[in-house]
Amino acid sequence: MTESKTPKKQIIPNKHPMPHQDPVERAKNFNEVALGYDEETAVAEAQRCLQCKKQPCRQGCPVEVFIPDFIKLVAERDFAGAIKKIKEKNALPAVCGRVCPQENQCEKYCTLGKKHEPVAIGRLERFCADWELAQGVLPQETAPATGFKVAVVGSGPAGLTCAADLAKLGHRVTIFEALHVAGGVLMYGIPEFRLPKRVVQAEIENLKKLGVEIITNAVVGKFATVDELMEEEGFDAVFVGTGAGLPIFMNIPGENSCGVYSANEFLTRTNLMKAYLFPDWDTPIKVGRKVAVLGGGNVAMDAARTALRLGAEESWIVYRRSEKELPARHEEVENAKEEGVKFAFLTSPTQIFADDNGWVKGMECLRYELGEPDDSGRRRPVPIPGSEFTMDVDTVVVAIGQTPNPLVPRTTRGLELGRKGNIVADPETGATSKPGVYAGGDVVTGAATVILAMGAGRIAARSIHDYLMNKKAQS
Amino acid sequence: MFRILDKQVLSPVIKQMVIEAPLVARKCQAGQFIILRIHEEGERIPLTIADFDREKGTITLVFQEVGKTTIQLGSLEAGDSIRDFVGPLGTPSHIEKFGTVICVGGGVGVAPVFPIARALKEAGNHVIGIMGSRTRELMFWEDKMREVCHELFVTTDDGSYVRKGFVTDVLKEVIEERGKDNIAMVLAIGPQPMMRACCNLTREYGIKTVVSLNSLMVDGTGMCGCCRVTVGGRTRFVCVDGPEFDGHEVDFAELARRSATFRVEEQRAMEHHQCRCGQGCGGGR
Ligand SMILES: Cc1cc2nc3c(=O)[nH]c(=O)nc-3n(C[C@H](O)[C@H](O)[C@H](O)COP(=O)(O)OP(=O)(O)OC[C@H]3O[C@@H](n4cnc5c(N)ncnc54)[C@H](O)[C@@H]3O)c2cc1C
Ligand SMILES: Cc1cc2nc3c(=O)[nH]c(=O)nc-3n(C[C@H](O)[C@H](O)[C@H](O)COP(=O)(O)OP(=O)(O)OC[C@H]3O[C@@H](n4cnc5c(N)ncnc54)[C@H](O)[C@@H]3O)c2cc1C
Ligand code: SF4
Ligand code: SF4
Ligand code: FES
Repeated sequence: MTESKTPKKQIIPNKHPMPHQDPVERAKNFNEVALGYDEETAVAEAQRCLQCKKQPCRQGCPVEVFIPDFIKLVAERDFAGAIKKIKEKNALPAVCGRVCPQENQCEKYCTLGKKHEPVAIGRLERFCADWELAQGVLPQETAPATGFKVAVVGSGPAGLTCAADLAKLGHRVTIFEALHVAGGVLMYGIPEFRLPKRVVQAEIENLKKLGVEIITNAVVGKFATVDELMEEEGFDAVFVGTGAGLPIFMNIPGENSCGVYSANEFLTRTNLMKAYLFPDWDTPIKVGRKVAVLGGGNVAMDAARTALRLGAEESWIVYRRSEKELPARHEEVENAKEEGVKFAFLTSPTQIFADDNGWVKGMECLRYELGEPDDSGRRRPVPIPGSEFTMDVDTVVVAIGQTPNPLVPRTTRGLELGRKGNIVADPETGATSKPGVYAGGDVVTGAATVILAMGAGRIAARSIHDYLMNKKAQS
Repeated sequence: MFRILDKQVLSPVIKQMVIEAPLVARKCQAGQFIILRIHEEGERIPLTIADFDREKGTITLVFQEVGKTTIQLGSLEAGDSIRDFVGPLGTPSHIEKFGTVICVGGGVGVAPVFPIARALKEAGNHVIGIMGSRTRELMFWEDKMREVCHELFVTTDDGSYVRKGFVTDVLKEVIEERGKDNIAMVLAIGPQPMMRACCNLTREYGIKTVVSLNSLMVDGTGMCGCCRVTVGGRTRFVCVDGPEFDGHEVDFAELARRSATFRVEEQRAMEHHQCRCGQGCGGGR
């Protein structure tokens, strides 16, 4: 095909719509909401791409996926070639295609997006990855064994990517994961209806095929420290990708009432422990009639949509800024609205009331207005004095953020830490202040994104490899 | 999978199991716990490490059958396996030479008291043990406790064994007899009302009292906040900041309310389980 060279091609202004499960139907089930493009739609969408010489879209992608190249291959129906192209840069395309905040990344910079809608890069990436999963992923090649042993702590996107890359370079990799399944937030946080767990598990199966050993139920800092892994267990290097799992609470009166959950608890019970299948699965969850979710990020959207699926009559997002500042992915905000999630903007709670049994029966809130811009560049929410009112709710989910879990930082000797308890690591190499120990993902940056965590895992794998090769050269 | 090497029935509702878990046994210390999940659909439940053998790589658990998971666990036999087993979790007990310490175990709480009493004895303390249960049938580990305590007092609520009285009655007598200034610390582990009663008593005497809390939990690593409890006016996580806390500072009323969060669901889980296995025998799948 020579289409890219045809100067005047007809521009299709809009993305091909993503087929979705009907909103009324899906708000009652946990099946995936976005159904994915079929081949014809994917090819047609790929043909919208202008194949820009300067490739602005690539600069928007944190790992610089070869976007025009893979899209061209899709347009040419060479799906195998396309997925191979993507994987040169992105180890988890089935995940990123689904959960990347594309509107702030690749698609934000797409030339088409200036006048029309950008190319649906994320959807195409997902299409290619799903196509490959359906075909059965071919085993990847690994370099001859180097004899080095590397421990990866945590099996979120950062750890998984780092492990895959190191295994391909011929190192013996063992992942230690605290929970009973691997995958990190991809398994316990992001709900099934947005990221089916079979997609994550397929990625993990690939990893095992590369020879990576995954030890679940292994909390580093408890059964062994990072120092012990290196000194007693013979690991030549360690990558720490333990994420940002520590929930932040509001510290308002009544927050320990029954019916107040951290988003982590709410989502872990539902996703990891499958409370939505209770009592066939043993772990319970309880949502009342009216649920308030505090926060405005992806985590909050996931919790609010999960609440509806668990049978809540009303599910509210309570956010102290306005709609424009919502940090969640645009697509998920739209999906949430369609499903019936309600929004109380410029609102924040001051206390939670409980009944005689200790159960939530209401929440006092203040209204806010937007003032001067703050450090983040967003206008600061300022409470309006005397604007107190009570929201009639019986369940509250706190989704205002997470910080790194202190377990590994606290038990590792000589690890420099940042102000928020994060591990300090060189963004160029992933190296920490401790020789042989590397870190990346949310434990370094604080809660961020899948693609950034993945990118950090990849960078660290490269430096760990260099470190080990150096070590070999010196010995 | 984690193999059950041995099972003992200590009383009709209290069972003891030795589990093969070398990674946990290697590092665990008195006061720590594990979380297990019996099978794929199972709940994660916390149980205290009642004893361990580093050489053999085993952990001993003692548990009371109170609901779906513990009943199902109790139906397993030596040779069966448990799907998930993670630990050691929680902060180990603070062990040093305090002087004379009283270790109080109520009901199944005797099991978690045992390794702590042993560690306290090894650290050179004079250890006075008090163990109590509702009735004689529920009493276990008297011999083991005797080994790790310099003195041991035994009581039953109904007087069916040794004497009649609550552990708090015995505790009061011992404190009165020895004098409050001669007791450096009290450790109390058992049902929440018992720990609360011990704390109310020792508060009057001004004796430092440590309790081990059994809140609801999910992950056990500080990730979910399900286990939060107010101690000294601050929210703490039992799984990482505890499970041991200064009993005089614990908000027991809040802990009791939070523990009851899923009472209705727990009942449903039991009924669902029983109708599935036929007779409420607690049989596994
Ligand atoms: C509900 C929710 C929705 C999200 N939605 C999006 C989205 O739509 N798009 C997006 O890009 N990002 C999203 N994110 C953010 C994204 O998931 C994270 O940025 C990303 O997962 C970070 O990856 P990580 O590998 O650093 O850590 P994690 O994914 O957090 O994984 C860390 C792993 O380490 C394990 N671990 C922790 N401590 C130890 C220890 N001591 N020993 C052994 N193992 C340990 C943990 O159990 C966990 O499995 C979302 C996050 C949440 C919670
Ligand atoms: C750190 C810690 C150590 C523990 N050690 C022991 C021990 O050594 N031996 C022992 O018999 N029990 C111990 N427990 C309590 C034990 O975890 C519960 O009895 C068990 O989870 C009940 O599960 P179930 O499904 O059988 O009953 P459920 O039907 O779930 O509950 C029945 C009763 O148990 C309480 N309960 C339920 N889930 C939990 C939970 N996750 N944690 C605490 N209580 C719960 C409920 O409030 C209810 O009253 C410990 C708890 C904690 C937190
Ligand atoms: S990885 Fe994310 S940002 Fe990069 S191209 Fe794919 S969807 Fe876009
Ligand atoms: S910027 Fe848009 S149109 Fe241009 S190459 Fe990238 S995806 Fe295609
Ligand atoms: S059990 Fe989840 S934080 Fe303690």
